[in-house]
Amino acid sequence: MKDGRLSNRTLTYAHAINEALDIALASDPSVYLIGLGTPDPKGVFGSTKGLVEKFGTARVLDMPVSENALTGVVLGSAIDGMRPVLTHQRVDFSLVSFEQIINQAAKWRYMYGGNVGAPLVIRMIIGRGWGQGPQHSQSLQSVFAHIPGLKVVMPSTPADAKGLLLSAIFDDDPVVFLEHRWLYNIEGPVPEGDERVPIGQPRIVRSGNDITIAATSYMTIESLRAAELLADIGIEAEVIDLRTLNPFDHQDVVKSVKRTNHLIVADTSWRNCGIAGELVARVSEDAFSSLEQPPRRVTLPDAPVPTSRALTDGFYPHAIDIARLAGEMLGRSTSSLSAAAESAVPLDVPDNNFRGPF
Amino acid sequence: MTAALTNLYRSMLLIRRVEERIAEEYTQQEMRCPVHFCIGQEAIASGVCAALSPDDKVMSGHRSHGHYLAKGGNLARMIAELYGKATGCCSGKGGSMHLIDLECGFLGAAPIVGSTIPIAVGTAFAAHSRKEARITAVFFGDAAVESGAFYESANFALVHNLPVLFVCEDNLYSVYTPMAPRQPNGRGLSELAAGIGLKTAKADGNDVTIVKKCAVQAADDIRAGGGPWFLEFSTYRWLEHCGPQYDNDIGYRTQAEFEAWRAKCPVSRARSQLLKSAAIEKGALDAMERELSAMIDDAFSQAKAAPFPAPKEALEQIYAA
Ligand SMILES: Cc1ncc(C[n+]2csc(CCOP(=O)(O)OP(=O)(O)O)c2C)c(N)n1
Ligand SMILES: [Mg+2]
Repeated sequence: MKDGRLSNRTLTYAHAINEALDIALASDPSVYLIGLGTPDPKGVFGSTKGLVEKFGTARVLDMPVSENALTGVVLGSAIDGMRPVLTHQRVDFSLVSFEQIINQAAKWRYMYGGNVGAPLVIRMIIGRGWGQGPQHSQSLQSVFAHIPGLKVVMPSTPADAKGLLLSAIFDDDPVVFLEHRWLYNIEGPVPEGDERVPIGQPRIVRSGNDITIAATSYMTIESLRAAELLADIGIEAEVIDLRTLNPFDHQDVVKSVKRTNHLIVADTSWRNCGIAGELVARVSEDAFSSLEQPPRRVTLPDAPVPTSRALTDGFYPHAIDIARLAGEMLGRSTSSLSAAAESAVPLDVPDNNFRGPF
Repeated sequence: MTAALTNLYRSMLLIRRVEERIAEEYTQQEMRCPVHFCIGQEAIASGVCAALSPDDKVMSGHRSHGHYLAKGGNLARMIAELYGKATGCCSGKGGSMHLIDLECGFLGAAPIVGSTIPIAVGTAFAAHSRKEARITAVFFGDAAVESGAFYESANFALVHNLPVLFVCEDNLYSVYTPMAPRQPNGRGLSELAAGIGLKTAKADGNDVTIVKKCAVQAADDIRAGGGPWFLEFSTYRWLEHCGPQYDNDIGYRTQAEFEAWRAKCPVSRARSQLLKSAAIEKGALDAMERELSAMIDDAFSQAKAAPFPAPKEALEQIYAA
């Protein structure tokens, strides 16, 4: 459908992923899905629901709790002509398979002198809240993005989730695809058909001339909220969704900063050695003289994720924190940004309709 | 004999009543962390821990409430942890999936499947190196044997003849996934363990007396230098994988299967055995119910009244001070 882009239809993020998987399975017999619970009644928070009924158990597979070996297995199938999509319901479960991901998959094309690549996708859910705690709510994008040979994608809208996932599946190299649990219920327009979004490009999601806010994944949503708060006090923020962390194209951010002269980077993960620091370094190298203030990072503090909701108070940065920082950098008072903006902020749930457990 | 069964029954009843109360209170949305209930599986926790001495150690995974309580873990601190309070056993850092009580020898539980198996082997290695007589028991589910960590740990434990007891609770499912896509049909868990070289036993995990008997046999042998054992117990989780509801309606298992297992309830079985043996009167069992209920009331009211940790504590305890 070439005119798919004109579609006004909206889907949730989960549904958009489901549609991308459906299209990929239908269009290419080498595509298959595997992962713990992929064909189960809950269908990975809805993202794989209905696919086993449509494509059968040979192409939508459950698996033993053997993530390390199974990563090797999907890699083996990928170097032998298949296009596997391996799914982990938490990024934390992939940690047992780092040898296969980092030593093997990431380097397969390179270490064999370009003889053969590894076209595999590892979908992994990142998240926060509801006491998921130290081992179920990490955001490990910078760890993956550190590794040459791994593409790292983290969409924040339903349209990007679909379009980037299709690109990832038909990419000839390994792609780590990070989905934030708090994005799963958001709705947005999604083109019909096999409409792909190219890997490797950020997207300007809101234009403005006063300050640039570059963000990853769910922090794009918080940044957009911050931009709205800032608009109320006459500050126009430009918000850029980074979308792909490897390959990492920072030129749109540089262009924006040359206009706004101010940069905030908001990331869902930790500060030390994070992608926020990487972007600050690149912009400093390429546009140092445009910066009127030191660039600032909005990240998690460098501590494991605590479980108690009382401990997550202040642990996760919110729109109001980004807005206040922007005001400070621009020398503008943000005192009128009311406590109302603060109390509307969800602390450990994505929205007020949420009922635990996840 | 009867005194022993009374103790086993009390241990199981405590677990059952605590889990029921958590399930009831969970709907208030004040215990804001994922909770994996062990209702239906109590006999394994109680029977195995009854075979251990206070010096012995226990570790577990995501479904650990029963193991913690059976080993003598502090109830009030566990409930406070579920409420995310400063008085919790992890000061609110861990929640239901990370219980610990060093005083009773419960060394920790972690929800990454298979992960505490090698760690438990490491504690047995430490005890063995220091020539201490204690043993470590580690509880895990039927899915944990699918992880490489299990094979590698069992192998190492055998090489060093370590005092470790592997306790596998086979409840037929890993989340909503039955055995078929996970393990070869008919091979069996203890057959697998025996193939690695472990000494094994396999029994009805809903009969607390049988569980204890198996565990005593294994623990005695381990203490005598016989090396690691693997115990396989069949059982069934009554509630959903994670959370307080029944989920037999969502399609991964049948109501009939559930009912068949509920008829084998480990707690009621022990209760009727006790009453049949006539060594304990119904009045005494009623008194036990009242005593436990008061204890649980107390733990919950303490937990609810306790303060939350201060937000700045999120940044503390990352490294030794
Ligand atoms: C390495 C890893 N992969 C996946 C998960 C998600 N997960 C949590 S519990 C569980 C099921 C484990 O089943 P089993 O070991 O049989 O224990 P049960 O829940 O039945 O008690 C899974 C797959 C995890 N915690 N860790
Ligand atoms: Mg199980």
